[in-house]
Amino acid sequence: MKIVVAIKQVPARDSQLRIDGTGKWIEEADLAYEVNEPDAYALEAALRLKERYGGEAIALSAGPARAAQILREALAKGADRAIHIEEDMGALDPLAGARLLAAAVRTEAPDLVLTGLQSDDLGYGQTGVILAELLGLAHATIVMQVEVRDGGIRVKRELENGWFRHVEMPLPALLAIQSGFGTLRYATLMGIKKARTKEIRRLTAADLGVAAESPTVTLDRAYVPERGKRAQMIAGGPREAARRLVEKLRFEARVL
Amino acid sequence: MSVLAVLEQRPGPHGRPEWNRMSFETLAAASQIAAELGATASAAVAGRGIETLARELAGRRLRAVYAVEHDLLREYTADGYSAALRQLIERVAPRFVLFPHSYQVRDFLPKLAASMGRVAVSDAVSHRIDRGQVVLVRQLFQGKLYVDVRFAGDAPHFASLQAGAYRADRAEEGQAPVESFVPRLAPGDIRTRPLERFREGARDVGLAAAGIVVSVGRGIREAENIPLVEDLARALGAELAASRPICDAGWLPIARQVGSSGQTVAPKLYVAVGISGAIQHLVGMKESHTVVAINKDPNAPIFEVADYGIVGDLFEVVPELTAAIEKIK
Repeated sequence: MKIVVAIKQVPARDSQLRIDGTGKWIEEADLAYEVNEPDAYALEAALRLKERYGGEAIALSAGPARAAQILREALAKGADRAIHIEEDMGALDPLAGARLLAAAVRTEAPDLVLTGLQSDDLGYGQTGVILAELLGLAHATIVMQVEVRDGGIRVKRELENGWFRHVEMPLPALLAIQSGFGTLRYATLMGIKKARTKEIRRLTAADLGVAAESPTVTLDRAYVPERGKRAQMIAGGPREAARRLVEKLRFEARVL
Repeated sequence: MSVLAVLEQRPGPHGRPEWNRMSFETLAAASQIAAELGATASAAVAGRGIETLARELAGRRLRAVYAVEHDLLREYTADGYSAALRQLIERVAPRFVLFPHSYQVRDFLPKLAASMGRVAVSDAVSHRIDRGQVVLVRQLFQGKLYVDVRFAGDAPHFASLQAGAYRADRAEEGQAPVESFVPRLAPGDIRTRPLERFREGARDVGLAAAGIVVSVGRGIREAENIPLVEDLARALGAELAASRPICDAGWLPIARQVGSSGQTVAPKLYVAVGISGAIQHLVGMKESHTVVAINKDPNAPIFEVADYGIVGDLFEVVPELTAAIEKIK
């Protein structure tokens, strides 16, 4: 089975974010980046499926030069090769982003395309489903398990309120993987060594023949929300704060 | 000019369709936006055997209620819903199409919008009207930043609304004609085959009934640090719970997960340790009587729903808190 897994690089989780001079995006200088966590689970799913059914796992990412880092990590964890669409994505809307990814996926004609459920930066949660539409593939989202059966696949989807459902579909297909699909692996020393010999194919939008189209959604401004601070903040060192909190819970809130 | 609210139904206890309650929030938002724009609001619901549901809306102030009916819509599929709603939208030609940001909508709305060359503004939390244009507010970076977005290009414009962003009770009475809409669908249009829905056992660990819940999030960093919050839970006589990432990583069982994909709890005391407060978590605990949050980031959204907050290193604060509670016992 040939699998393409699309992954994204996002600012590290505990980043202190500042708005940039345009007022529309964040100041990117000095930020640390990491793989989008839901995508790390999509990669894990790709590697497990490859181990179980054989074939090839190809990591794909669109982003500036720094995004090569998450592709190298994917190669070290066991992806066979990688494709880097070297373009500045910024706050690009998910349709524009998916058009780039779709053009690259077409060059591979995989059996299965995997994505994470959503990105921790823009959080649209749409790239996978749009990608399926652009590629003309059947899809499923919030996927927790995948099994190959009779030339197609059977997946377990999570629904709301503790319900689940199996869904069958033909291949090729696209699956947006739910976080928690399987425990994430670490790269081994051997894996890191091997990754150095693996290929990262670099492409641009122009190479892929993808021209920018006028966006259907535009971003006015980005800002730090004014917090409706409800919490009574308890100051002091750890011991003092703990003592005062217990006092408040006993005599003010009366819950202890 | 009109605003169309696409509502959601799902199989109820006896297989009969029932509303997803988020639908009424979407309906309220559609009515409100329509009124502000001097436009009319309509509603649509898709499925099979949904006449009764559609008729429940006949007493609302809506221009029309569309019952999108087809045998092939009996079970939800992204292919079926997307094709059927696209046909309705092409016929009704609304300017805005609003959806609840449910799991089901997340599964088909991006496809529907992309098939019409558009991007849906997903998970919007509010709106305002600026010079006759709708501006929607979304959260980025898990709620750390907000953005104002606008639609460019031609209608229809698509958006989905975060759970709880609009109040469902603002319904105006009126009379709405219920129209049946039968989309053209063929079995070959639907590529996925959904099987029976099921629940998984071993969910009950007494979380829902607990008087005190100590809940742990990503701030705990490693599985080896879990005993720190176990000690606190023991001192308080509390049940231990967690946010999604902790259960995803396998550090605590999934049955202890609080949030939109886990349990909903409402204890008299909820202590959130190292939980930033993503909306998915907040919906599972915001009805708690008293909420305490311990987090190193003073801007963490959890402090918006907390009653008492301590900004600090949980590895220092939690042992002190455990000790302070032991002292009063």
